[in-house]
Amino acid sequence: MSGRRILAMAFKEMLQVWRDPRSLAIALLMPLMQMVLLGYGVSLDIRRVPLCVFDQENSQLSRTVVQQFTASGWFRISEVLDRERGIREAMNRAACIGALVIPADFSRRLATTGVGPLQIVFDATDTNTTNIAMGYAQGVVALAGAALDANWTAAHGILPSSVGRIDLEPRVWFNETLDSRNFIIPGVVAVILALIGAQLTSLTVSREWERGTMEQLISTPVTPLEVMIGKLVPYFLIGAVDGAFCLLAAVFWFGVPLRGSLGTLVVTTALFTAVVLAFGYLISVKVKSQLGASQVALVVTMLPTTLLSGYTFPIDQMPAPIRALTLLVYPRYYVTILRSVFLKGSGLVQLAAPVSGLVLYAAVVLWLAARAFRKRLD
Amino acid sequence: MSAPQPAVLAEGLTKIFGKFIAVDHLDLTIATGEVVGFIGPNGAGKSTTIRMLCALLTPSAGRAFVAGFDVVGAAEEVREHIGYMSQKFSLYEDLTVWENLRFFAGIYRVPRALFPERGRFAVTMAGLEGREDALVRTLAGGWKQRLALGCAILHRPPVLFLDEPTSGVEPEARRRFWELIHRLAAERVTILVSTHYMEEAEYCNRIALIDRGRLVALGSPGELRRRNLGGTLVALECTPLGAARALLREAPGVAEAAIFGDRMHVLLEGGGLDAAGLGDWLAARGVTAGKAQVIAPSLEDVFVRLVAGRRAEAKA
Repeated sequence: MSGRRILAMAFKEMLQVWRDPRSLAIALLMPLMQMVLLGYGVSLDIRRVPLCVFDQENSQLSRTVVQQFTASGWFRISEVLDRERGIREAMNRAACIGALVIPADFSRRLATTGVGPLQIVFDATDTNTTNIAMGYAQGVVALAGAALDANWTAAHGILPSSVGRIDLEPRVWFNETLDSRNFIIPGVVAVILALIGAQLTSLTVSREWERGTMEQLISTPVTPLEVMIGKLVPYFLIGAVDGAFCLLAAVFWFGVPLRGSLGTLVVTTALFTAVVLAFGYLISVKVKSQLGASQVALVVTMLPTTLLSGYTFPIDQMPAPIRALTLLVYPRYYVTILRSVFLKGSGLVQLAAPVSGLVLYAAVVLWLAARAFRKRLD
Repeated sequence: MSAPQPAVLAEGLTKIFGKFIAVDHLDLTIATGEVVGFIGPNGAGKSTTIRMLCALLTPSAGRAFVAGFDVVGAAEEVREHIGYMSQKFSLYEDLTVWENLRFFAGIYRVPRALFPERGRFAVTMAGLEGREDALVRTLAGGWKQRLALGCAILHRPPVLFLDEPTSGVEPEARRRFWELIHRLAAERVTILVSTHYMEEAEYCNRIALIDRGRLVALGSPGELRRRNLGGTLVALECTPLGAARALLREAPGVAEAAIFGDRMHVLLEGGGLDAAGLGDWLAARGVTAGKAQVIAPSLEDVFVRLVAGRRAEAKA
């Protein structure tokens, strides 16, 4: 292996990237766009869920309950209904996702039994939103219940017999503090690096085939390993810039707490970048057209990364065969690593498993790519 | 080692793509310092042969040695000792003249101390003084080709393979290119250069005529002209040309009739029509013909003759 050749290769590649505005734009602007799109677009938090109210009692107490819902910030009252049938109509018009029904004897039953029955009907077309909204609703009710308890205690001097409402209380606080963004953003960083990285290198070899420069290059004594290293070095630098940008945005823009060490973050990010670039390079060697390579890179990174990396869908909830499949989806290791470093403050020792997963991946992909590059036209 | 080894040696070199035989048992020996022209129509197997000799394609059968190294078993050694210009222009268009030179100098590990001088030499040779920082994309064809040659010889390879280096280049630039080739040959560089311009064949020490994968003839331009025609070549003006050719091909004593520009070239093998009687013979058959002149055969005549002979054999 010759350092001279690697250097010549790397320098040439760097010049080409620099002079190709399209590559450079992909390299530097895409992470920015994706960070904004995915960072803001993919949020499991839902604010101001439209809610219809059918208040059959319309007492001071029932109005207090409705107010509790709006005051929480999670719900807004989109419509006030005067008959039960209106609920279905409102949902059909998509005027609301849920409907709060307060029975006519709400205050009386609360006063006599200590339990005031409320009904919430949800439009479960979007199960995810519904689940979250239901969680919020329970939280609001529990909060309202606590307030009512206080009133009851003040009025009667004793605690009410209902214990169910009090049970819900800790979940309110848990929900309030756990911003899903803290969980999502580290995943977004992993997804962005996986997509951009593979795109960057997916073009590097196919471009030379398409432009006819590859025939000249393989007529020289340069070795496949020298070509690979020379071509990966400049993209590694770009990947490092992208990685740093995404991580800085996660911490300073999205405010995700970084509890682990910067060193762990740098080492694991560098490792992941190497895997991602090597993967794109492997595609580039195998698919000799730029368009084809770029498409393949998009398909084989986009779907597994978004679906199987655990970035949105938890891996331990997947059926066993799919769970086994995720072992091949390298971003899953980095998603795990980032979440642990950010939220739990894990170091390299605790992360030994996912880190060795990445190391193994890097070794295998680089080996395959070096082998796949053949200095022959047939 | 007793006899000096040839720079290029091919024995029974064959390349088959699927059912298509691109190169068919080709034998070729090129001595050090020779300029050999590889001539033949498109698709004759010129590029395929050159690519096998450059260790870019694996031969289906036969063997070849370049600078003494086996193109299959010692491919990397072969690559160290050759310079190659592919048919399609293959420098980096988005790099400047000097950046391309520096890249190939790095890839060929030209000693750093030697590069400034060799780089300068290549720039001068290509006639690109003062344009070192121009992007290659902005250069015209002739300059690009000379720069490609400059890149291919940075490491001073003993053997050069040039695949149609002058195609699409205007005549003046082509002439300059051939001057460069001869300067290199004067320094004992062995050169195999393919072309489909017949007149360029005259610049070569020897010519290898190739047609449909087979080596049809091999020799110096003079030898080929003398040896392979086997008759008297005459030229005459006639109209209409197509009718004249059809008639002549069936005429007694005519071995071959071909259209060259606005004239017919007719090869007379004796025993039938002769040069003097040709005009009258044609006139009697409704073709206006001028006076037939005996001419010295060009390589194109030779090639037409050889290829036509092979086609006739193939049909029979």
